[in-house]
Amino acid sequence: MASTAVAVGGAPRPGRVRAFLLRLRSGDEIAHLITLIFASAIFLVTVLLVFELYRNSALAREKFGWQFFYSRTWDPVFEQFGALPFIFGTVVTSAVGLLMAVPLGVGAAIFLAEMAPARVSDALTFVIELLAAVPSVIYGLLAIFTLVPLLRTTVQPFLKRTLGFLPLFQGPAYGVGLLAAGLILAIMIVPFIVSISREVLLAVPVEQREAALALGATRWESTWKVVVPYARAGILGSIFLAMARALGETMAVTMVIGNDPKISSSLFAPGYSIAAVIANEFTEATGDLYVHALIELGLVLFILTIVLNGLARLLILATHRKGTAHP
Amino acid sequence: MRKFLACVTVLGAVLSLGVGTVASAPPSPDAALINGAGATFPYPIYSKWFDEYHKLHGDLQINYQSIGSGGGIRQLQSGTVDFGASDMPLNDQMLNDFKFKVLHFPTVLGAVVPTYNIPGVSQELKFTPEALAGIYQGKITKWNDGALTSANPGVNLPGEDIVVVHRSDGSGTTFVWTDYLSKVSQDWANKVGKNTSVNWPVGLGGKGNEGVAGLVKQTPNSIGYVELIYAIQNKLPYGSVRNAAGVFVKAELSSVTAAAGSVAKSMPADFRVSITNAPGKAAYPICSFTYLLVPESIPEASKRDAIKEFLHWMLTDGQKDAEPLAYARLPKEVVDKELRAISEIK
Repeated sequence: MASTAVAVGGAPRPGRVRAFLLRLRSGDEIAHLITLIFASAIFLVTVLLVFELYRNSALAREKFGWQFFYSRTWDPVFEQFGALPFIFGTVVTSAVGLLMAVPLGVGAAIFLAEMAPARVSDALTFVIELLAAVPSVIYGLLAIFTLVPLLRTTVQPFLKRTLGFLPLFQGPAYGVGLLAAGLILAIMIVPFIVSISREVLLAVPVEQREAALALGATRWESTWKVVVPYARAGILGSIFLAMARALGETMAVTMVIGNDPKISSSLFAPGYSIAAVIANEFTEATGDLYVHALIELGLVLFILTIVLNGLARLLILATHRKGTAHP
Repeated sequence: MRKFLACVTVLGAVLSLGVGTVASAPPSPDAALINGAGATFPYPIYSKWFDEYHKLHGDLQINYQSIGSGGGIRQLQSGTVDFGASDMPLNDQMLNDFKFKVLHFPTVLGAVVPTYNIPGVSQELKFTPEALAGIYQGKITKWNDGALTSANPGVNLPGEDIVVVHRSDGSGTTFVWTDYLSKVSQDWANKVGKNTSVNWPVGLGGKGNEGVAGLVKQTPNSIGYVELIYAIQNKLPYGSVRNAAGVFVKAELSSVTAAAGSVAKSMPADFRVSITNAPGKAAYPICSFTYLLVPESIPEASKRDAIKEFLHWMLTDGQKDAEPLAYARLPKEVVDKELRAISEIK
């Protein structure tokens, strides 16, 4: 190649071009370029998203400043806007959802990957992956027609009788509210946790299990003390994906959360989430400040997701170190 | 490598296909296109009108996106549509935000009714304005409150807590409801006010008419408000409301038209008027116009004439389509006034 460049007479250009073309022909360069473009496109979309949210919320940011994050009033008539009740509703419903979905999902994944016969595991996994594809509005309908009446007539009176001394389970039982939203989120995110955790558990090398068994561990001990810790990072990853879905879920939540921007200690009380209020009020929002406040809520949800994801990553790092220290 | 080449080929094929479809999109050289956007409440009647009108005038196609009043106003402001549609008249500040003058044309009337679910009560309830305002402010909390029992003698109202339900999505329905409450209760006007969404003192929010109706149906001892059309079509029970003349009137298409008729004489030239709590014995008090918003000046002559002709048709022949779709038609006095206003479009 160098010789061709010299032959052309000191002009390096054609040679370089030819070298580039040669590399092109081998395909590596094209693949590199195209994948690079795809990767940067995703990055650009994210940057653009944040930029647009930032730009289009200027009026609200100027008027309310940091107060937007801790003000409890959301009044479109007198144009007073604060995000706190929505942040509260979003975090609480997601937390309730995760609290129920994580043990259920991880447990199911362990069964499917480690205990169940292959045929049962495959069949169940198919059903679970089907669940992940159900549109959220269907879950919302399910919640309205089945979950909410059940909560109002049976579950909430029962909780009141037994755990009513806790502020979490007090107040009138409407059926709709934070608890209903958390429950429906739990049902919606379980498939993510099960499906991904199962894959991760299956990817744990057989040698790990064999080594544990060879050392005299029982089947369960090998699963719980060796396989699950080995797959810990992946399982946590599935939980964080589920959390992201729960934070941003709009339709099913708004159908059952009660849509009342108040902060209450009871899970029976109605609440409101960020995604729900944007979906509810954006189309009929009149007045620039109102629209800008709604867009700023979008920015807040974005920040909330980033912060929680960051914390999640720190958690992974911390537990990972712990995992390696005590194998 | 071969796989990669195959991918590129497929990608290329898809791209060229895309280009092909764009290029072969049918150009419509003769049919003039008019675009509108806005309120969802009148969408069924608007789509019927635009369809009927297209049958009469094959050379004119009117597209309407029901994206909500707020969206319609914004799109008209930025000039991406030829007309907007809103469930409420624009206020002065909103009109000032426009770079051009906007005319309001009422098209049909809508009404909002209180619907309820009280186990053991099958009679139709009567609501005084004070009772409705009190319930929605959280001041009246029991069904057997004096404000309710005195208006409903003979009805055995239970001593249960009232579960209040309102719309959670921004809507013209909420605007009409809160506009009415602002008129009958000074306290409401000062503390809550009127808008497409407000800061509700109490209650659960349901999304859309169906969300409110669903919550009311499911929750014992609840009250909510829905559009009259929705209540009629779904056979929901709804109460009568005492009007400004002191008569309890049940919402029907005729009592809604009567409300508009009773304010026709005092109607301002730009039609921006609230007709809630209208005078007149037959008038149902919680109703409103829904509007088309048309720029006063439309430079393009063909478009201008088409819009003017459509407005004329809508106010005359078009009105007969309203009642089969459960919209109340405009009273004659308002139609006459609007027909004169069409000439303001230049």
